Amino acid sequence: MENLLLIIVLAPLAGAIIAGFFGGTIGRAGAHWVTSLSVALSCLLSFHVLLGLISGDRQPFDGTVYNWMVAGGIQFQVGFLVDRLTAMMMVVVTFVSLMVHIYTIGYMADEEHNWPKDSLAGVNAYQRFFSYIALFTFAMLMLVMSNNFLQLFFAWEAVGLVSYLLIGFWMNRPTAVFANLKAFLVNRVGDFGFLLGIGVVLLFYGSLNYSEVFATAAANPDLTMSIFGGAEWQVATVAGILLFIGAMGKSAQVPLHVWLPDSMEGPTPISALIHAATMVTAGIFMVARMSPIYELSAVALSFILVIGAITALFMGLVGLVQNDIKRVVAYSTLSQLGYMVVALGVSAYAAGVYHLMTHAFFKALLFLGAGSVIIAMHHKQDMREMGGLKKYMPVTYWTMLIGTLALIGFPAFSGYFSKDGIILAVAESQRAGATFAYLCVLAGVFVTALYSFRLLFLVFHGEGRMDRHTREHLHESPLVVTIPLILLAIPSVLIGLVTVMPMVLGDWFGDAIFVSQANDVLAAVAAKYDSAWGLVAHGFVSLPLYLAAAGFLTAWYLYVIRPDLPDQLRQRFALAYTILEKKYWFDELHLNVFAGIGRALGRFFWKVTDVGLIDGLLVNGTARTIGRVAAGLRRVQTGFLFHYAFVMIIGLLVMLTWFVFGAR
Amino acid sequence: MLESSWPLLSLLIWMPILGGVLILLLGDQQQALGRLIALGVSLATFLFSLLLITGFEAGTAAMQFVELRPWVEALGVNYHLGVDGISMPLVVLTTFSTVLVVIAGWNRIAYRPGLYMACFLIMEGIVVGVFSALDAILFYVFWEAVLVPMFLIIGIWGGQNRIYATIKFFLYTFIGSVLMLVALIYLQFQAGSFGILDMYGLNLPLSVQVWLFIAFLLAFAIKVPMWPVHTWLPDAHVQAPTGGSVILAAIMLKIGGYGFVRFSLPITPGASLELDWLMILLSLVAVVYIGLVAMMQEDMKKLIAYSSIAHMGFVTLGFFIVFQVVVNAGESGALLALGGGMVQMISHGFISAAMFLCVGVLYDRMHTRMISEYGGVTHRMPVFAGLFVLFAMANAGLPGTSGFVGEFMVILAAFQANFWYAFFAGLTLILGAAYTLWMVKRVMYGPVGNEKVGALKDVDGREKLVLGVLAVAVLWLGLYPGPLIEIMEPSLEGLLQHVVAGSGLN
Repeated sequence: MENLLLIIVLAPLAGAIIAGFFGGTIGRAGAHWVTSLSVALSCLLSFHVLLGLISGDRQPFDGTVYNWMVAGGIQFQVGFLVDRLTAMMMVVVTFVSLMVHIYTIGYMADEEHNWPKDSLAGVNAYQRFFSYIALFTFAMLMLVMSNNFLQLFFAWEAVGLVSYLLIGFWMNRPTAVFANLKAFLVNRVGDFGFLLGIGVVLLFYGSLNYSEVFATAAANPDLTMSIFGGAEWQVATVAGILLFIGAMGKSAQVPLHVWLPDSMEGPTPISALIHAATMVTAGIFMVARMSPIYELSAVALSFILVIGAITALFMGLVGLVQNDIKRVVAYSTLSQLGYMVVALGVSAYAAGVYHLMTHAFFKALLFLGAGSVIIAMHHKQDMREMGGLKKYMPVTYWTMLIGTLALIGFPAFSGYFSKDGIILAVAESQRAGATFAYLCVLAGVFVTALYSFRLLFLVFHGEGRMDRHTREHLHESPLVVTIPLILLAIPSVLIGLVTVMPMVLGDWFGDAIFVSQANDVLAAVAAKYDSAWGLVAHGFVSLPLYLAAAGFLTAWYLYVIRPDLPDQLRQRFALAYTILEKKYWFDELHLNVFAGIGRALGRFFWKVTDVGLIDGLLVNGTARTIGRVAAGLRRVQTGFLFHYAFVMIIGLLVMLTWFVFGAR
Repeated sequence: MLESSWPLLSLLIWMPILGGVLILLLGDQQQALGRLIALGVSLATFLFSLLLITGFEAGTAAMQFVELRPWVEALGVNYHLGVDGISMPLVVLTTFSTVLVVIAGWNRIAYRPGLYMACFLIMEGIVVGVFSALDAILFYVFWEAVLVPMFLIIGIWGGQNRIYATIKFFLYTFIGSVLMLVALIYLQFQAGSFGILDMYGLNLPLSVQVWLFIAFLLAFAIKVPMWPVHTWLPDAHVQAPTGGSVILAAIMLKIGGYGFVRFSLPITPGASLELDWLMILLSLVAVVYIGLVAMMQEDMKKLIAYSSIAHMGFVTLGFFIVFQVVVNAGESGALLALGGGMVQMISHGFISAAMFLCVGVLYDRMHTRMISEYGGVTHRMPVFAGLFVLFAMANAGLPGTSGFVGEFMVILAAFQANFWYAFFAGLTLILGAAYTLWMVKRVMYGPVGNEKVGALKDVDGREKLVLGVLAVAVLWLGLYPGPLIEIMEPSLEGLLQHVVAGSGLN
């Protein structure tokens, strides 16, 4: 099995290396073929592994690939843990990645015009892009397949690196290179917590290997540590919160979410792959993977719950006032990530991971659909200049409609099951913060429907608001673009119906996810429903569907029936509008307060302490005194400096040689 | 101790020195020949130094390749050489870096290139001497001798303000080492020999140890450099020619770090325990305070110089948290700390060399180091930009590069000493990325900044070779640090046991 797993991870790496280093030789077609085929191979084999695990032909694998180092008797290894949770992630990652590879062939076809004419960085940029997304696939696979914290951290940072490179892919754009620096730094704040979390794990659980750590944690649930003063903290709480801070960076939770909307500066395929479907869900996966630790700490889970609830509702609200089509989808992603985190917070890990999976399909679909619109609009992204695109781009419209229905949780669509699973689980939970979270996720349903249909109506319905030139050239995107849309639309509709019972309400994940009996809210939900259709039937008599319908109707009324109304509302509720438009001033907080204090301190330490105090007073003061004494001697020395120095060396040399080799 | 059948270490010391003298004797007329000799000698020295690795007996803390001859018998001074797992990697780092510097300076030096090459070869031999000397006086001689070629390199081929920088450099480091000499002589009286290993056996009263520790501290802290005696480094770097900066950062700073493990910890373990709080404090100041200062720099070389200081903070942090780690979590974590400090030294040798070479590549073309005069370099120099981003990421401690390994080990170990040590040390994740990648953004990315940038030519074959070799080294150590740890660990274990026992902790 190990060889098979190695092929799965190494194939995309090989593809990335070939396309990256030999892109000029193999040409554009060579690059997209080699990377797409390598990812296709990974994808096929991942399906094979998943099916093997489901059928029982295969047992979960937990083994070491190589010893990175052994220091102080501690093993630092690279190794794989492949159980159903991992296999599901592998399939999601490679499948979405494959779709994005194919789509990119169309999306990036005319990407030369993004570069200044004589830019050498623009040469082979197409190949470089494919190299990066294949490299990302490798890093993401290493992340989900890891069996230890070292490799997890490796991959955690590696996906961050590729994200950095891809957000800043068009490196001549100042906004893009600002966004990628911001993304990397904000993620580093998260990683800082994450690394400290690993420090806690190693110190108290004595290993970096998951299975050993989980066993030790379970055996010592009441370990405590002190951080400041005499207060004792439960180790699981500290480890859990610190690790989750990493997840807050990667999975863009408030207040570390600020990088994700800006990451939309990158090409759209990577917004779909990295900033919607896979990388940003790494935090969700990580918490689910660490469920044996999190289950020990109600405090950590409550923290997670509240952060997730805030993100789910308040980021969705910001999505209401965005005009850039990609930013609407980006805020929607933030909000949905919040939903997943809420699920984790009530110990409904399976529901969170399940929403991760369905979201990967329909959000990748929505992003790729938005990309298709952007191609048609000649890379304009402002929805105020769109409208009426439905008749020009039927495939894009219908697939995006499917994606939207899945997103808002229309009964029987995949998103319905996953989101309803979360809402039901929160309703069952007794955890501190659960009531607040419940209100947030319910309100979020209305908000989701409102911004989603606002997008759909503004883009596809009503009058076309684009200029004449653009209108005349409107047409559906080529097949390499629309086929991935269709292929993603299929699971967006169907996957929930097929899989919800075992995966959310059953014991599909087995030992991969651990939930203690007292926390098992999903079991409580499962007791009430015995089939997927039962869940659907329940949907029609419960609140979320009506909230979604209300959101839809509001959007329809505001953007189809009375398109003049939004402007009036904006003026009437200017304060609320400003708050949303300014995104609660989080950017200003980060840029001016945190970064500002850092810069001010840096300048102070440099100019005042270093140059002023240490150099000015101490060093140069001493030097000046010596200088005055030496001034008299200067005339003698001038011109003889080199000779003097060399006499010193040669003298030493002669002495040494004489004593050592002469005095035998 | 494992005696050497033939004097390999002597060869590594004297071959480059004699090579350098030979070039000097040839004079300035024979430039081409001088360069060839420099390349040949440095390559040969490097290849011979590989015998240290192949012939190294792993699994022992004993000194290897030992050479012992009487030197000044009246004073008990011996010509005593040998390496263990701590010094051997540093010797190889020295010979490796010198080859790169010779190639990097190949046709870049217009004024007296022969003398330039000679300085680096002589420097190489002297530094190998520092790392392999087992006699205190021999060590001291090499230690002081290092200053001379460095003084010349900065003073002759330096920038506008080189005289100020050299005087500052010389005063700082010279004053620092004078007290060390006093300490060494005192130790000779106590131990009856100048043998460094003999001094390990002394069991001095704590008050004496503290004085000795402070004497050593001044010498080593200035070399590392540690806050607040670090201000010579940015000036020296800014004024030094590229090769000088490379050797300064890659090797000279390591002499200070090496001093702590070879002298301070084992000879004055009690004082090290007594004053570990000070060392930890200064190390954390280096990481945080210097990290913030680095962020605000406008001159690329100064930025990298400050980042060097911040990174060297991990070396001293790793060395001096061992006592608290042993108390809290046992020796396993303490080995992680020591090993992390050592790996950080090697890694910093690669990364800082690469970063300074990168700035050199730009400076050679643009004759400015100011960040604001660049912008969009990647559009003209894509290959260079790729390498630069790789080294920048390594400088920011990205996993998979060597920059990650040492910092990761030290932070994990620091956690075992105290949460807050790890907290402040961990800030490097944010600060390191901030100062490095902000510079990358302003220099490399964005639209082409001005006409001069627009006329840049990408790296040539020679530059590609030098940076490519360093890229391989950075990635190799990042992806597979196991072998290096294996070489070092037995020696570190021996050191740790000696230090813990000697400090009176157990």
